[in-house]
Amino acid sequence: MLIRRAPDLRAADVTDESLYQNRRGFLAGLAAAGVALTLGERRALAQGLAREGGAALRGDDDPLTPFETVTTYNNFYELGTGKDDPARNAGTLRLAPWKVRVEGEVAKPGDYDLEDLLRPHRAEERVYRHRCVEAWSMVIPWLGVPLKDVIARLEPTGRARFVEFTTLLDPVQLPGQKSRSFPWPYVEGLRLDEARHPLTLLATGLYGKSLLGQNGAPIRLVVPWKYGFKGGKSIVKIRFTTSQPANTWAVIAPDEYGFYANVNPAVDHPRWSQARERRLGEYFKRKTLPFNGYADQVAGLYAGMDLARDY
Amino acid sequence: MNRAALVRHALWPVVFAAALGPALWLARAAFGGGTLGADPVKTLQVTTGLAAIVLLLATLAITPLRRLTGWSELIRLRRMLGLWSFAYVLLHAVIYFVFDQSLDPALIWSDTVEHPRIAVGFAAFLLLIPLALTSTTAMIRRLGRRWGLLHRLVYPATVLGLLHYLMVQKLDWRVGTWYVVAFTVLMLLRLVRPRAGVRPPVAAG
Repeated sequence: MLIRRAPDLRAADVTDESLYQNRRGFLAGLAAAGVALTLGERRALAQGLAREGGAALRGDDDPLTPFETVTTYNNFYELGTGKDDPARNAGTLRLAPWKVRVEGEVAKPGDYDLEDLLRPHRAEERVYRHRCVEAWSMVIPWLGVPLKDVIARLEPTGRARFVEFTTLLDPVQLPGQKSRSFPWPYVEGLRLDEARHPLTLLATGLYGKSLLGQNGAPIRLVVPWKYGFKGGKSIVKIRFTTSQPANTWAVIAPDEYGFYANVNPAVDHPRWSQARERRLGEYFKRKTLPFNGYADQVAGLYAGMDLARDY
Repeated sequence: MNRAALVRHALWPVVFAAALGPALWLARAAFGGGTLGADPVKTLQVTTGLAAIVLLLATLAITPLRRLTGWSELIRLRRMLGLWSFAYVLLHAVIYFVFDQSLDPALIWSDTVEHPRIAVGFAAFLLLIPLALTSTTAMIRRLGRRWGLLHRLVYPATVLGLLHYLMVQKLDWRVGTWYVVAFTVLMLLRLVRPRAGVRPPVAAG
């Protein structure tokens, strides 16, 4: 009998946030006391230390948003419009087998098993701020592969200028799609240079565990300098295009949501201010940073653009 | 128990307890070991706002109820319901001033002039303030006929409150539809001729 080994990416080691918050002291203390660390603990320690080395990718020293909050406060309308609906309804999502279709302006199109799509790439942990267009935010330790690595392997043609990401369309697995108020499936897109930016991540996990349905399992996009809705969830199609994809929120309400959707405290949503945000867990609002605090890394992508027009 | 006693000693306490319900629920979640969820401020805002609207509609239901049933004594519930509604509006506004705007007048001003949903909600709040202030029996006596005129402000305040509620929804306007329907029905019922013997509300004090 063939026992298929789970790919490294999906290996779920339960690591709770207290360990994450204080992993160095906690684990060093354990190690000093002669306590043997489990594989998962050693991995968490290694990831934590690697992250502390990679300060540029972490960006700030804000505490992580608790796992409980990250997995119970979600916008994933395909699983319900209330914040706690997706966590309740995620059971209908079948995560395996999962195929991702790659098509369009690309040398290696095809239907890829998720594992085949990701296996050649090294999974990394990235702690990113997550800023929702609704003016709340979190800090999330993602696990995933840099999208640029996947794109390089798929070899887009010289004509490719954008990448489009399509969420699963299946009203049985995603019962929210029975509602007609949205033009399902959910579509998001990036300019190719945005997609190739080192910060852009194809996430498959968070807090060292596989993604849960409510967070967009088994694979989702994470673009930390843009509003959260740019991060398409439960992706089944990656298409390389010559023209700008029509992303769902910009189709529904073009005066409220744009294609770029860069976090920008200077450009308000027509109905509310984007100058400040509430970090979940805090009572008072804090200032929102341009490009969600990643301006040093990404502002160059938009040189010469009027970001009030291309919101 | 006659009807007046029934309203005063049975209905009044029950309605009072029901109106207190959302506040108790929030207090229990906040201090009683429960939880207000991942975004406590939002939970407080949504709950107080919804309670304010429901109680405002309940206040407006008293007059048609009196006319339809002939129970003049129901007037005793109206001030209590109106004041409860205002209490939730006040709480709603204070939460916004303190947690959303950190009590910064400049921030409050710019948010109000730049975002119609805030301006509309603010206007509803301002319109309700004189009504709460003149709700005492002494003020009712002192203002006489003018009291009734002043308290017609409850209609534009409710319209603005409902509009505010519809405007804060991210996408789905259907959420507030039932409240708009309820308000419309309550307004239409005012066209129904009062039953004989129902006294005008002001006289009931």
